[in-house]
Amino acid sequence: MTSLDPALAAAAADPAPQLEPAAPRHSRTRRHRPPAKVLVGGAITLFFVLMALFGPLLAPHSASWVANTTNGTPQAPTGSLWLGTDNMQHDLFSLLLIGSRSTLLIAFLAGAIATVLSVAVGVTAGYVGGVADEILSALSNIFLALPGLLILMVIISPLPVPDKGNSFVIGLVVAITSWAYGARALRAQTLALRGQDYVVSARVIGERRIRIILFEIVPNLLPIVAASFIFTVIYGLGVYVALCYLGVVSPSSGSWGTMLQGAQSNSAIGNGWWWWYLPPALAVALVGLGLALLNFGIDEIINPRIRSARTGRGGVKFQLGLTPVVRAAAREGDAR
Amino acid sequence: MTETSTAVVHGPKREGVPALEARRLTKHFPLTSLGERGRVVHAVEDVSLALPEKTVTAVVGESGSGKSTLARLLTGLIKPTSGELLLDGSPVGTSARERRAYTSDVHLVLQDPFSSLNAAHSVKYHIERPLKLHTKLRGAELEAKTVELLERVSLHPGTDFAAKFPHELSGGQRQRVAIARGLAVGPRVLLADEPVSMLDVSIRLGVLNLFDELRENENLAILYVTHDIASARYLADTIVVMYAGEVVESGPATQITDSPQHPYTQLLLSAAPDPSRGQAPVLRGKGSPPSLVTPPTGCRFHPRCPFAMPVCEERTPPPLPAGADQVAACWLLAPPTAEAASAG
Repeated sequence: MTSLDPALAAAAADPAPQLEPAAPRHSRTRRHRPPAKVLVGGAITLFFVLMALFGPLLAPHSASWVANTTNGTPQAPTGSLWLGTDNMQHDLFSLLLIGSRSTLLIAFLAGAIATVLSVAVGVTAGYVGGVADEILSALSNIFLALPGLLILMVIISPLPVPDKGNSFVIGLVVAITSWAYGARALRAQTLALRGQDYVVSARVIGERRIRIILFEIVPNLLPIVAASFIFTVIYGLGVYVALCYLGVVSPSSGSWGTMLQGAQSNSAIGNGWWWWYLPPALAVALVGLGLALLNFGIDEIINPRIRSARTGRGGVKFQLGLTPVVRAAAREGDAR
Repeated sequence: MTETSTAVVHGPKREGVPALEARRLTKHFPLTSLGERGRVVHAVEDVSLALPEKTVTAVVGESGSGKSTLARLLTGLIKPTSGELLLDGSPVGTSARERRAYTSDVHLVLQDPFSSLNAAHSVKYHIERPLKLHTKLRGAELEAKTVELLERVSLHPGTDFAAKFPHELSGGQRQRVAIARGLAVGPRVLLADEPVSMLDVSIRLGVLNLFDELRENENLAILYVTHDIASARYLADTIVVMYAGEVVESGPATQITDSPQHPYTQLLLSAAPDPSRGQAPVLRGKGSPPSLVTPPTGCRFHPRCPFAMPVCEERTPPPLPAGADQVAACWLLAPPTAEAASAG
């Protein structure tokens, strides 16, 4: 009892403790557990994000460390070298940990920059309309039609060498080829939202256009923005690994793509040195899988119809190419 | 319209300059689809309307009669093809600055309370935005004013409602929030576009009474757009009946509903539900509203009118006196034909 007294006194002294906005805002998500996809995808993504953050610190050896200087063939995994070595006797486990940072950094950086670009272009085009819409839509159509990887190689090749190692520059260049898809999706949704009564009401009370876009429309686009961000991160991951694999960029700290390039140029597959190419390839695939699961999970949260179709409510299952029909007999039985 | 339109100004007759006046507003929406370019939808034709303070004017008509377009024209959300708006007798400018000043005097309450509030923001946000835009209130004063506005529209206790989000409120509560937002602007003119049509019948009366109170206590000039002529009679001082973008009849509310002069008003009233009526209503007229892309010649109502005469097809009837302060655009009221009709 005595321990409660100060709290009671404080409550009595505070004239309006109920002013606190305690209202549950997302009661729907609270009632339902997030879909399994979100949990699994989130766990995989979190694992690799932690790897990118702390891996380089935990790596047993540096990127330039070599096991010995006499042997010219890669060593298979052992108790001390968990993933073996490459032909230069670098520790592949350390390279995998170190390479995760630049790979994920550039993927997320490209995703972030591309998302900002696609929101700016897509929402502006959709809300402002008219000539601005025509121009911005034409621009995103051009970027959609251009073959991304080819353009990247053309842009990156003439860059000075220090810029090729600069994560921000590479992220920006990857973003330039990947914003258009999100911009199209956001423009379409903005067109649907701009006629909504709450946008009209905001205009009636005299809100400025920029404020309407940022505070009335963008908050309602957040699910699509999130999905577009994750999609672009996956794209950026693939593109960056491809660029490293092709040797267009060669980051000094190494990346998963650089490891794959090394394995390829030394015919690791032909020689059966699986520990060289399999771990980085699996890592890329797993990050992509984790993010994709997260994206599908977000889809299910936004659009509950997808989820109810999967769980087969009432015994109806959606199968590929077949439209389920509830049998008339069952309905009659229910009615009686 | 033709040279006969001597710009009769509809709306309640009061001394002095009306808070908001529309002069000969016309809105034609251009069609943009292929093969229809150059044609227009005649949404509103030559409407003059005065809204004096402390009055409620009801605009009545069926779907597509142009009543919502008229409300949006009055807010400046859409630009009229021709005609002008006068606020306190002076023309409304078109610069961004004058537009913003205009938004603090004229507010529009929309029909659907489920989409007129942004689900991403709290009630408090919705009320505070107009206060921040149009007043100098900040901090504790702002909060106090927000609570006061919510309590003025009977949302007690205001502090609790301020913290809620739109999805936690019922339709009637949402519409009250929308009205409180309108009051936060501090308007002199409140335009309400079918404010009760999406609400439960049990809640409608409360919202209508709220408008009635606001007229008395805030000296508001209210335009009440509705398709429900019974609620218009209950609330309004003056009823303006629109058909196919034109005003066909206007006058004091009780007079219009007791002795409608225009056949279209008679049709509307015969279609209104009446619990004391024994059998199915006999509708005075038939058919449906005409295409507004190619409106009928002459009187736009003549294809549906049970009293149609040859002249109706040829010439647009001017607004003719039909009683004290009551006008109706119908050839039946023109002196010679009126005699002929009574003789036959």
